[in-house]
Amino acid sequence: MKLDTLHALATARTARQPVVRATRLADGAEALIYADRTEGALSTDGAIVAAARRALADGRSTTVEIAGGMVFLHTQTPASRLIVVGAVHIAQALAPMASMLEFDVTVIDPRRSFASDARFPAVRVLQDWPDDGLNAVGVDAATAVVTLTHDPKLDDPALEVALRSEAFYVGSLGSKRTHAKRRERLLAAGITDAQFARIQGPVGLSIGAKSPAEIAVSILAQIIEVRARRAEALQAAA
Amino acid sequence: MTSVADTLDVLDQAGKWRAAGKGVALATVIVTWGSSPRPVGSRLAIDDGGNMVGSVSGGCIEGAVVKEALAAISDGKPRLLDFGVTDEQAWDVGLACGGKVQVFVEKVE
Repeated sequence: MKLDTLHALATARTARQPVVRATRLADGAEALIYADRTEGALSTDGAIVAAARRALADGRSTTVEIAGGMVFLHTQTPASRLIVVGAVHIAQALAPMASMLEFDVTVIDPRRSFASDARFPAVRVLQDWPDDGLNAVGVDAATAVVTLTHDPKLDDPALEVALRSEAFYVGSLGSKRTHAKRRERLLAAGITDAQFARIQGPVGLSIGAKSPAEIAVSILAQIIEVRARRAEALQAAA
Repeated sequence: MTSVADTLDVLDQAGKWRAAGKGVALATVIVTWGSSPRPVGSRLAIDDGGNMVGSVSGGCIEGAVVKEALAAISDGKPRLLDFGVTDEQAWDVGLACGGKVQVFVEKVE
């Protein structure tokens, strides 16, 4: 691998730009195939580019045989994102655990005493209103949103944005009773029953979690499960 | 801003080693058959001191891969390595899960 390639892959990852690195196994000649262009010494014909696009669509790396020999197509798709609304105690456990799981993590809370860099040293912290923060980050199909504030003033605007987005996971902390009240409020705000049904609430897998760190594990386990099932369904449909 | 993930990121570490003037190789899982512990695309970076970050198996074949990586750093030639139950060497290095993997090793130029 050329050092330039290594840097280009890092840049694409930061920019959340999908890319395939094609490598001829016989000699290591390589090319980077982006959605709109190709760069590198390995000559890429239509067949390689088409195979690279397919690999990106399924999110799977693969080896293809072309005239010059075997070529490995290594896909790099944007990392999953986790947006946590509420810079509370559970968030302090959730954020570093999610980073370790290679999520790109953002914590949003307009309350300055909560949303401090000192409490969240290694992740992006936005002191915004939750709906503004979510819109600033941009909620796409690779994004999970979890609300933790317990405060309808903060949770509800975030949920309204998340439920109208393509987010693959929406979770909201709160008891069954809290969740029933939340349903009344959000339906009054124009959220449909089908949209509301996307919320995982009470949030997390039922593993008897009690401490903030345990609750973080249960939430992340559920996010991983939902993401994996969705990927399986997409691959089965392809 | 460094995150926990950064310290686990293989390419990131490979870049840091190169920036520090070290020889570096990358090993990548290219094909798997049967039950194998790490999926296609999994990476291991190795520096010229034999330090490694990442993985291409559950620890079963890394030792053998590091040896080939050091050779790739010194001669600059890529290598395609096969490990599996049908291979004598696999028994030696112990891919105990019974799967087979093919690993591509290349120098970071």
